[in-house]
Amino acid sequence: MTLPFRSILFEGETDEFETPEAPAFFGDLHLDQILGQLVSGREEYELGSVFYRPLHDARAVRYRHHVLTELEQPAVLDAVRAFARGMQQMRERLALANRLHYSLQKQRWFLDATVAYCESVRLLAQRLAELELCSSGLVGLRDYLVGYTRSDEFSSLTVETRELLEELSQVRYAVQIKDARVTVSPYRDERDMSAEVERTFERFKRGAMEDHRVRLRDYPDMNHVEAQILDRVAKLYPDAFARLGAFYVRSAQYLDRTIGRLDRELQFYLAYLDYIEPLRAKGLMFSLPRVSTRTKEEHATATFDLALAHQLLAEDRMVVCNDLRLSDPERVLVISGPNNGGKTTFARMYGQLHYLASLGLPVPGSDAEVFLPDQIFTHFEREEDIETLRGKFEDELYRIHEILEQATSGSLLIMNETFGSTTRHDAVAVGTEVMRQIIELDALCVFVTFVDELASLGESTVSMMGTVLPDDPAVRTYKVVRKAADGLAYAAAIAEKHGLSYEALHRRLAR
Amino acid sequence: MKAFLMYPDDDFALDGELPPNDAALTQDLELTTLWSAMAAGDSFLFEVAKRAMLSSLHSPDGIVFRQQVLSDCIENAAVVRDLYALSADALAAERSVWGSLLSDRPTSMLGTSVQKMELLVGCLRRLREIAGQHAASFHSPGFTRFFATLTDELDAAYFELVESQLEALRFTSGMLMSAQLTAGNKGIAYTPRWPREQPLLKRVFDRSGFSFTIPERDENGFRALGELEDQAVRVLATTLAQSVDHVKSFFQMLRVEIGFYVACLNLRDLLAAKGEPICLAEARPGTEEAFSAHGLYDVTLSLASRERVVGNYVAADGKKLVMITGANQGGKSTFLRSVGVAQLMMQSGMFTPAQSLSLSVCDGLFTHFKREEDAATESGKLDEELQRMSEIADRICPGSVLLCNESFAATNEWEGSEIARQVLRALLEDGIRVLYVTHMFDLADGLYRQRLGTALFLRAERGGEGARPFKLTVGEPLSTSYGEDSYRRVFGKSISTAAAGSRDPGRS
Repeated sequence: MTLPFRSILFEGETDEFETPEAPAFFGDLHLDQILGQLVSGREEYELGSVFYRPLHDARAVRYRHHVLTELEQPAVLDAVRAFARGMQQMRERLALANRLHYSLQKQRWFLDATVAYCESVRLLAQRLAELELCSSGLVGLRDYLVGYTRSDEFSSLTVETRELLEELSQVRYAVQIKDARVTVSPYRDERDMSAEVERTFERFKRGAMEDHRVRLRDYPDMNHVEAQILDRVAKLYPDAFARLGAFYVRSAQYLDRTIGRLDRELQFYLAYLDYIEPLRAKGLMFSLPRVSTRTKEEHATATFDLALAHQLLAEDRMVVCNDLRLSDPERVLVISGPNNGGKTTFARMYGQLHYLASLGLPVPGSDAEVFLPDQIFTHFEREEDIETLRGKFEDELYRIHEILEQATSGSLLIMNETFGSTTRHDAVAVGTEVMRQIIELDALCVFVTFVDELASLGESTVSMMGTVLPDDPAVRTYKVVRKAADGLAYAAAIAEKHGLSYEALHRRLAR
Repeated sequence: MKAFLMYPDDDFALDGELPPNDAALTQDLELTTLWSAMAAGDSFLFEVAKRAMLSSLHSPDGIVFRQQVLSDCIENAAVVRDLYALSADALAAERSVWGSLLSDRPTSMLGTSVQKMELLVGCLRRLREIAGQHAASFHSPGFTRFFATLTDELDAAYFELVESQLEALRFTSGMLMSAQLTAGNKGIAYTPRWPREQPLLKRVFDRSGFSFTIPERDENGFRALGELEDQAVRVLATTLAQSVDHVKSFFQMLRVEIGFYVACLNLRDLLAAKGEPICLAEARPGTEEAFSAHGLYDVTLSLASRERVVGNYVAADGKKLVMITGANQGGKSTFLRSVGVAQLMMQSGMFTPAQSLSLSVCDGLFTHFKREEDAATESGKLDEELQRMSEIADRICPGSVLLCNESFAATNEWEGSEIARQVLRALLEDGIRVLYVTHMFDLADGLYRQRLGTALFLRAERGGEGARPFKLTVGEPLSTSYGEDSYRRVFGKSISTAAAGSRDPGRS
């Protein structure tokens, strides 16, 4: 038996989906940047708490995947966007109805809000009914809307608002202003002065001229003169205004709770789709990953750091994509290579990949299969002002210890540029030890390091390297590829370029 | 309503695009002198003359259209100057009404426009009167149509209608507006309406309306009333302001188009006072490659000197290349300039500085003159010259005319000649006519020996004592330079033989 539709984000009864605070790793993974841009302009929906809550259940992720797959069809997306716009308009009008002063004005804004509501609900129901849908989320929504729009409550609301609006739109009146005296009377088809004056001077017309139109302040408010005129217009049309007043009193609780929730939850999808749209337009791929809580075999093709990609897009620069693959028993990606070669970006990208997958969203990459971690831990070098190197090293060890205490075999660890504050000997020794513990834990991990030795500590580690252009070692490709760690090769190439390799220097000195 | 005095079917745009080489033309042909003479102190006319001359007509028909209008103007100079003064008056009157600087309210904008329009309508009445009095003495298609338009469009009934509407727009007996309701029950679509004509009794006893009165001290209330009126007359104010612009632009256009002919009259008066001849050139199609002239003189040189200047006889019909060689200060540059200026004057519909002239229209006129003022090094100069020629090459097209004055003289004669030969060969084969002033004997002589039927060789020679510029005669290039003479004249001493020899390695 299927449960009645409640939410487009969660299957069945799930009410407590609010997680008010960002996870600790949000900043390290630049997820805070992503979220910041994503919700900008959508503040009213307070989407943060939805994004702070990753899913740990493959079935819950698939519920969203199915919704998203259908949401990406233009017809569905259009319908949903139109609904969202309508609801937004409704809220703006309701806000005016609450804020403004004169009762005839409040009543009308309230009517206008309900008109927007009825229209957007009706249209969404109608458009979804015309579509072939199979995701349980959208099918549930469609069925819900069929029931709701057929309800007495909704149909009488619709009829009443439509009739009232029609009646008010027929209202015509004339205002005569003579000195301080204002007379409101029925309009009797008097001739339009503007049109006649225009016609008189038409013979001088020549092409486009300067636009003299004055922009008058357009405010929804009303001054007391307008209000007095409106009162007299109401006297000219007593029946219509009486009905409007009655409607206002009677219909205060028109908004359906599930519809209200739907409006907010749809923004979760729309915000993300809007955020990745410009990247897609540039040819970057996104895909719904296969997710699992059982296998830790993973891969991703042409994936990238989403936050960085957005930044590069703004600067009109190229985004470099990377591939990754972990086959049993591989668990740990050990990244080494030249500075600024994309190592940290790779680590961040790996974390983002898992987090976005856990939100049930499309991830960067043309194809991906990822494990749903129970927790994500990050260890990035901090800017914190710790006076001694020893203090810094100890602080690092303290935090790593904490992570290893809390992590399970289902967790994801992102360790970035660890042990930069100690000697190479210490870094090898401590690093090897930490790495052994991670391996033993059997958790998924990215470990960015300058210590080559860590890249070959057993069959569960995979060595990857940031690469440079073969012809010009000064140019980083930002490609990180599977490759045995070879820290010296880069230094040799740089030396060659400057004529300081052994052979080059020998030839120069031999002259 | 349009003037159509510059083109049979188009306005003359004072802000249109100029040819990209306008600066070079202006400088090389010393056009500023000419335009100043045409302006006679009126800076507006300077602009008009400049525009007209730099934006050439390209068809003989278009040139004839203006020549006919110009003939009418010469016959009726006083009336034409009156029309110019009237258009200036109209624009001054419009400017004399100041809108409130503090308010862009539609009601005040409307008031300003009504005042402006009343003044402009007065000028239209005067214009209509001039048309009525003098139309019969004008015969060109341009003026005939212009006066007919005025007579048709601006009849007495029209002036009556305009004046009654302007009166109503003062709203001396209040304003009636219609409206309807929009979102939030705000009034919208306020539209000013003519009050319905009703018998007085019926109006007095009309009880269908509901009234209220703004208390005397309610400043906000009166401001709100004003805002309503503003909303109502917004479209009206825009419409009338635009109508003012339209009528104003009619006078602006009239001032520009009549202005061109007034500028021509100014120049004619100056030349006539000196006894310099002018003629309406026979504009031939470009394909005919016509170029024959009697007494073709450099009008800018004439304007700058007290005496009349010497004109040249040219018979270069069918010639694609005219090479001009000969004595320094022998009138080569002057001749080149006289051809360029005459070409531009003809193609703007003006009279030309010659006793008679028959000339093909060209699609574009280009000048490549040696620039004396460039203080660059020798190699820099050549570079600059080549750069300029390259820019010309970007733009020049078949049917154009190129005037070269000492081109590629910045390097030694061998190199310069070779570059020039290559350039010339390409230009001529691509249907561009070239007039080339040079003292590069190697170049001129080489071309002469080819015995091209389509090339004409002119030579500047010292004629009688002191008379300048010298007449050009048909003749082969002479290897003797007159530079020595010039040097002696200026320096009062001879160039030493050694120095003269070393000056030009190509000759030794």
